[in-house]
Amino acid sequence: MSAVVPGDLTATPQTGAMSARLAYRRSRILREKLIEFALFLAALVSVFTTIGIVYVLVKESVVFFSQVSLWDFLTDTQWTPLFDDAHFGIMVLLSGTLTSSLVALAIAIPLGTIIAIYLSEFAPFSVREVAKPFLELLGGVPTIVYGYFALLFVTPILQWFYPALPGFNLLSAGIVMGIMIIPYVASISEDAMRAVPMSLREGSYAMGATRFQTAVKVVVPAAFSGIASAYILGISRAVGETMILAVAAGLQPNLTFNPLEPAATITAYIVQVALGDLPHGSIGYQTIFAAGLTLMLFTLACNIAGHMLRKSFREAY
Amino acid sequence: MAYAKDLTAIRGLIASHKRWDMIFGLCGLLALMLGVLAFTALFVDMAIDGFGRLSWDFFTSFPSRRPGQAGILSAWIGSCLVMIVTAFFAVPLGVAAGLYLEEYAPKNWLTDVIEINITNLAGVPSIVYGLLALGLFVYQFGFGQSILSAGLTLALLILPVVIVATRESIRAIPQGIREGAYALGGTQWQVCKDHIIPYSSAGILTGVIIGMARAIGETAPVITIGALTFIAFLPPAPVQAEPPFVSFDWVMSPFTVMPIQMFNWTSRPEAAFHQNAAAAGFVLVLMTLAMNGLAIWLRYRLRKKIKW
Repeated sequence: MSAVVPGDLTATPQTGAMSARLAYRRSRILREKLIEFALFLAALVSVFTTIGIVYVLVKESVVFFSQVSLWDFLTDTQWTPLFDDAHFGIMVLLSGTLTSSLVALAIAIPLGTIIAIYLSEFAPFSVREVAKPFLELLGGVPTIVYGYFALLFVTPILQWFYPALPGFNLLSAGIVMGIMIIPYVASISEDAMRAVPMSLREGSYAMGATRFQTAVKVVVPAAFSGIASAYILGISRAVGETMILAVAAGLQPNLTFNPLEPAATITAYIVQVALGDLPHGSIGYQTIFAAGLTLMLFTLACNIAGHMLRKSFREAY
Repeated sequence: MAYAKDLTAIRGLIASHKRWDMIFGLCGLLALMLGVLAFTALFVDMAIDGFGRLSWDFFTSFPSRRPGQAGILSAWIGSCLVMIVTAFFAVPLGVAAGLYLEEYAPKNWLTDVIEINITNLAGVPSIVYGLLALGLFVYQFGFGQSILSAGLTLALLILPVVIVATRESIRAIPQGIREGAYALGGTQWQVCKDHIIPYSSAGILTGVIIGMARAIGETAPVITIGALTFIAFLPPAPVQAEPPFVSFDWVMSPFTVMPIQMFNWTSRPEAAFHQNAAAAGFVLVLMTLAMNGLAIWLRYRLRKKIKW
């Protein structure tokens, strides 16, 4: 009998037991390959999701832009897609998105950063152990609940201070959105600061610096790339936030940068159209995809800017 | 003399620095308290508004034009059914993808693309998933405005959460476990099936619960695919009296979910409906807090217990 190389299927002659073993081995190899391929397909689902998003947004937007010129879309100062005299100026919706996001970030970034520095550098262990899970819990509260707060809790309080404030306004929506984003900013910034090696702090203390000086001049710069990620995440949260604005900021398109006025955002407009019963394939139906594409490009630009910012500030230890 | 003067100057400097330290510490504590207080005020306000409406009838009544009789029956059943579909797709796909990326994936450009892609998907606004589902599931695939469309949408939405959790808990398994299993002649799949997945299951579960808590509260994508806001019937029951006993008609049924019901009540002008909204919100917050709390507790126990 010639030497049989394991796995060499051409080797002859074979005893019955040997061929059975080889058959088993072949089926086993085949099964392993099949399983690996199935798992690979599962991993590819995420890629298909991205392709699907781009495909759907671009496909409907192409139809939209064949009827509305890109120039009008970017420069028109009115957004009345469902009227007879239709105007498609995305600036109107973008102004609402930007204004509410700025209000939210003006609250979330300073408070989130201070909380992160406090938790990472100042807080006793017990406070941190309680505060971190608490922050995580708050990150899980549904946004529609925050919308309820903005409309029925924060707006009445603001009206108490400033009676002329309309029932729907960007300010209260922005404030609540800011409160919603604080946990994200604080939690990710804190993780970044905790990752700064202890030796840097020790060096700083050895030079006679106080905790505050160490935190602001050593730890924050060292963790800046992580903190920047937290800010970028906060920005994309604010820009993409939907329900708070749909509930509390009113749904009328309004070209304004005044947070005391009501205005629709890109996201709120999409919800408004989806709630109505627009026929599939109408121009109104296509507007939400053009609006969605704008939103997507805007968040993409933020993410790329953040990536570049991180790269130029990256400190490796 | 000059020496003593310098000394007082230095002492003054140290004192002022220490003061700054204390001021900032107080500021931080204040900011934390401000956050905590704001949240507590919001939730207590909602609980007070909604508590009067919470009763058995509230859970067993359909929505109604009369606020006093309206309930969340169709909403909570819709939420549960959508969650079943979401879990059915998100858990196997997420775990398989995580397993592939940790155990199988070769180091090449395709793997890099998949990894970058998952990171980016986590940052896509949820309403964009709604648009994807509207264009693809509702019209292209013809699933309509059904529980299936909503479940698939939310499954895609939470897929990155499940994948990241799976990868993290797989990464925590020491290499020696794998080597031991391979040394006994196990194939790669046997090692995964008998060792990797069981050992990482608690960590995966944590991620799944967090993802499901997020999915149950998502409103925007579900509205975008066209879930109805007023539904006074239930989807067909999954279990029937006649053969074949099990029916999947409910998957294609129109539906509503808890957050949409709450949105509907919040957007109405009458104050009586706002009470209903508060009650629905209270139930919703309780559900998500319980799920997230469970996940955090699980992870905490896991960290303490596992000693390889």
